[in-house]
Amino acid sequence: MKSIVIENISKTYDQGEVKALKGVSFKVGQGELFGLIGPDGAGKTTLFRILTTLLLADSGDAMVDGLEVMTAYKKIRRRIGYMPGRFSLYQDLSVEENLNLFASLSGTSVAENYDLIRDIYVHIEPFKKRRAGQLSGGMKQKLALCCALIHRPRVLFLDEPTTGVDAVSRQEFWEMLKRLKEQGITILVSTPYMDEATLCDRIALIQSGEILSIDTPQGIVEKYRGNLYAVKSTDIGRLIHDMQDAANIRSCYAFGEFLHVSFERDNATAHQKLDKYLKDKGHSDVVFRQITPGVEDCFIDLMNE
Amino acid sequence: MKQLATFIRKEFYHMFRDRKTLLILFGLPIAQILLFGFALTNEIKNSRIVVCDYAKCGISRQLTEKFAANNNFIVEEALLSHHQIEDAFRSGRIKLAVVFPLDFEDDYQHLNQAHVQLIADATDPNTANMLTAYATNIIMEYQNLSLPYQINTETRMIYNPELKGAINFVPGVMALVLMLVCVMMTSASIVREKEYGTMEVLLVSPLNPFMLIISKAIPYLLLSLVNLIVIILLSITLLGVPVNGSLLLLFLISILFIITALSLGLLISNVAQTQQTAILVSLIGLMVPTILFTGFTFPLENMPVVLQWLANIVPAKWYYTIVKSIMIKGLGFGAIWKETLVLAVMTCLLLMISFKKFKVRLE
Repeated sequence: MKSIVIENISKTYDQGEVKALKGVSFKVGQGELFGLIGPDGAGKTTLFRILTTLLLADSGDAMVDGLEVMTAYKKIRRRIGYMPGRFSLYQDLSVEENLNLFASLSGTSVAENYDLIRDIYVHIEPFKKRRAGQLSGGMKQKLALCCALIHRPRVLFLDEPTTGVDAVSRQEFWEMLKRLKEQGITILVSTPYMDEATLCDRIALIQSGEILSIDTPQGIVEKYRGNLYAVKSTDIGRLIHDMQDAANIRSCYAFGEFLHVSFERDNATAHQKLDKYLKDKGHSDVVFRQITPGVEDCFIDLMNE
Repeated sequence: MKQLATFIRKEFYHMFRDRKTLLILFGLPIAQILLFGFALTNEIKNSRIVVCDYAKCGISRQLTEKFAANNNFIVEEALLSHHQIEDAFRSGRIKLAVVFPLDFEDDYQHLNQAHVQLIADATDPNTANMLTAYATNIIMEYQNLSLPYQINTETRMIYNPELKGAINFVPGVMALVLMLVCVMMTSASIVREKEYGTMEVLLVSPLNPFMLIISKAIPYLLLSLVNLIVIILLSITLLGVPVNGSLLLLFLISILFIITALSLGLLISNVAQTQQTAILVSLIGLMVPTILFTGFTFPLENMPVVLQWLANIVPAKWYYTIVKSIMIKGLGFGAIWKETLVLAVMTCLLLMISFKKFKVRLE
């Protein structure tokens, strides 16, 4: 059985003026760690809210754990855990009080499901008397995850759980998700960070309310059209400007200290012509080499398609 | 049940950890009791009075006609005994009674002077003072124009013989404080959950919305009862205003009124998206009508008929009438059942609407 089934979901705001989702469809299997990757405003939060029964879609069907989101919202709410993008716990309650509250919300106790959250809770246990509002960003997210997990949900929805969290905490967070996955919990996670995409089983790239591609991170990268090259010279600012005027270029954008470049017609002649063009423009120490595209490159490529 | 207890505890945590708000909530009744010491005075028109004419002589009849002709008064009916006068006062319709004693004619014929008794309902001392002054004027005027002998008036203030202004505004402050604490604080505390995003998590959980609402209401109900006790204690000790009627009845009615206010707060929280809106709506939409239309700052009798109708939909107006009857007049349930019924019906309607309108989703 599929844990999440989304068929042709559309949603508009402001009497149809803003189209947040335009016919989105995908399926998430039982125990899968599925990533929804896209920039801010792509429609990720809207989709999460529809799946967590907080919003009604304009059209289309969605099932969570075999239940229809429109009609069986009460049953679904017993089976899912949800962590909104904004920190949504009580800032004036302590870590411990928040956790107890959310446990009793679902008629369970912290002791009963402690094994599920132990790995995560140990990180914040030293601060259990501290008010949630005074925790650091990473700790807040760990507490929120504990609260979303405390009733042993079958499906977990995490809306941008790593936004505003430092690099170390982000890594820890993803390791925790992997362990939860091993417990058989289906996880749908959204993130604007492309580097986190590779940590998911499968990902859906979403942009302006439309799904661009769904596959494993590996599969997405393999589907990249043609070859990708990294280019660098001593004067990177002028290089960007000059590349825009160069012929036979399909795409060119800054990526770290390099420019990522792909050609319209990719062959040895094209490479030589570019090399000559850059030398004519007075660039020195030009580095030019082929690279394996990442998820972000695929995303940009799909977006321009 | 355990869930409810946890939630009520949570509300208490919120309440006690927000020291500033807590200070306002407890300071407010004390400040208001002290502030509302000066009630406003106003001209009074069309007051209903009764004439009790034991004398039945020419002069008493002419005087009765003078009363009827004056536009300050509407002579309601002629009564024959003091018992009937008392009943008329208790029903609350009349403000003043004019009594011509049996020996009125004898006295002025033989002693050249006679007495007229004026009895006023001094629950509202300003009104009572004003009315007796008007009545005395009418009698003096009549006597100066046409009589060779003197008519003296004897004034009796009933219910509030010392004309304490405090007696009038204590019930008003009770209505105001309960309204403020219950409506504003409940609506703000539910809207706060929306504002902080916690409502999103609560909605996704299996929590029953009724549970959420009840757990919000109970702490504020308790807080309001504490405030009520503070007000009553202050009014007895500091202002010397006693509770003449049943304390239990007063508390029961107050609980009913608190529930009315809580349901109004719920209704507001359904509409408002931010705490600011909730507080503004509570202040402008409820505080102002409560001050204007309960009758403790401005006598309702003087208002245009349209405003008097409007006053009927203000719950505090009914509560104020009840509290005045119990606290000051010392009346029992028999005298206030109509007002209680109105409050009860209002509460049921408001609760029905707010539960129906409670949103189980965002938007």
